[in-house]
Amino acid sequence: MIAALRCVIVRDLRLAARRSSDVLTVVLFFVIVVSLFPLGIGPEPKLLRTVAPGVLWVAALLASMLALGRVFAADHADGTLEQMMLGATPLGLVVAAKVFAHWLISGLPLVLISPVLALQFDLSQELLGVLALSLALGTPVLSLIGAIGAALTLGLRGAGTLLSLLVLPLYVPVLVIGAGAAEAAASGLGGHAQLLLLGAMLIFAGAFAPWAAAVALRISVE
Amino acid sequence: MSINWFKYSSPQIFFPVAGRLALGFGVLAVLACAVGLYLGFFVAPTDAQQGESYRIIFIHVPAAWMSMFLYVIMAFWAGIGLAFNTRLSGMMASAIAPTGALFTFIALWTGSFWGKPTWGTWWVWDARLTSELILLFLYFGFMALQASIDDPRRADKAGALLALVGVVNVPIIYFSVKWWNTLHQGASVSLTKAPTMAATMLTGMLIMSFAFWFYSIAAILLRARCIMLERERSADWAGQYARGAA
Repeated sequence: MIAALRCVIVRDLRLAARRSSDVLTVVLFFVIVVSLFPLGIGPEPKLLRTVAPGVLWVAALLASMLALGRVFAADHADGTLEQMMLGATPLGLVVAAKVFAHWLISGLPLVLISPVLALQFDLSQELLGVLALSLALGTPVLSLIGAIGAALTLGLRGAGTLLSLLVLPLYVPVLVIGAGAAEAAASGLGGHAQLLLLGAMLIFAGAFAPWAAAVALRISVE
Repeated sequence: MSINWFKYSSPQIFFPVAGRLALGFGVLAVLACAVGLYLGFFVAPTDAQQGESYRIIFIHVPAAWMSMFLYVIMAFWAGIGLAFNTRLSGMMASAIAPTGALFTFIALWTGSFWGKPTWGTWWVWDARLTSELILLFLYFGFMALQASIDDPRRADKAGALLALVGVVNVPIIYFSVKWWNTLHQGASVSLTKAPTMAATMLTGMLIMSFAFWFYSIAAILLRARCIMLERERSADWAGQYARGAA
């Protein structure tokens, strides 16, 4: 079973590597959206420092949502998904592996690049760490919740906009607590409580979301 | 003798029952609404601090209760539909969503009317307001998902799963007041301690919430009847009903 999971992860990563422009598009989207905010609200450093966690979080959330359509779409189009459903490995585990691979491709780059972008907003060094850590804990939750939406909208017309309508309200707690971590650290309270809550959300979503997504896939494909 | 729990899960049997129930609850809703509004607007005393503007609670609070309660009921029918694969459960869930969205919207709208004279602003990013807004988005998402799927069976099941995932949000709404420290006052009515309002106010509010309950039941059953007719139009009984009604 572990071998099957590793196989799914390696396969998805290899497929992504062959179409590396897809990965780059998501990262570039993130960078551009974050860079637009100072242009929109003005270059006042104090203001930028205040809004930085929220801006980075919202941009990361939108970027990871844009990438969601690709979690299952290609496998659905060429029939691989049906073979995965028929296979011996439980579908929930396959989904978990696919979501993990998807996070490595679309979530992890955002986490890695976020400190550089936060420098543009004049965030202090310790806050950079808290912000990156909150994104590292939060973006997998976004991928996990998003996988349910992606599975539900598989093959529907207008799936992209519909997906955002379904998934964005469910992202709200992650956004509030994730952006709250850096804000709490900035105000001197320390972001531990928020980071722990994010960790709890990650465990909860990791345990249940793949199975919900598996059920959604069976509904969509039957 | 064993009870057939699924007797009323057949649209053919439930259709006439729903019609009679909808009529009864509709009449009750009108009566309760008349009594509740009379109590609320003419009998209940003026509030010492908020003046007359507090009277919006006779609509606001019951609507907010219903908005959350209906989401749970929708998720309940959705879960039953997924577990037992009954057609009617999915129809009930789809029938509940618009009424739930309506009450969520009323709660937000009246709340903002109340907020302007009392807090001095139409809208604040307070936990309860925000989570009520998210609840509205959840209703919209549910309806949009169902509307974009042509196959009713898939629409029911996909909506059911979404409702079950979204129902996680309802407790967050309820506990958000305690989790985040915000502007909205704590609940004035609870089961564990005496309410902090005058008895007539409480009576008026409770009667109004019964009115909203009855209205919801009537509206949902009527909508469910339409959905049943539409989906079962090829069945004999639906054809006979349509010819008889025409």
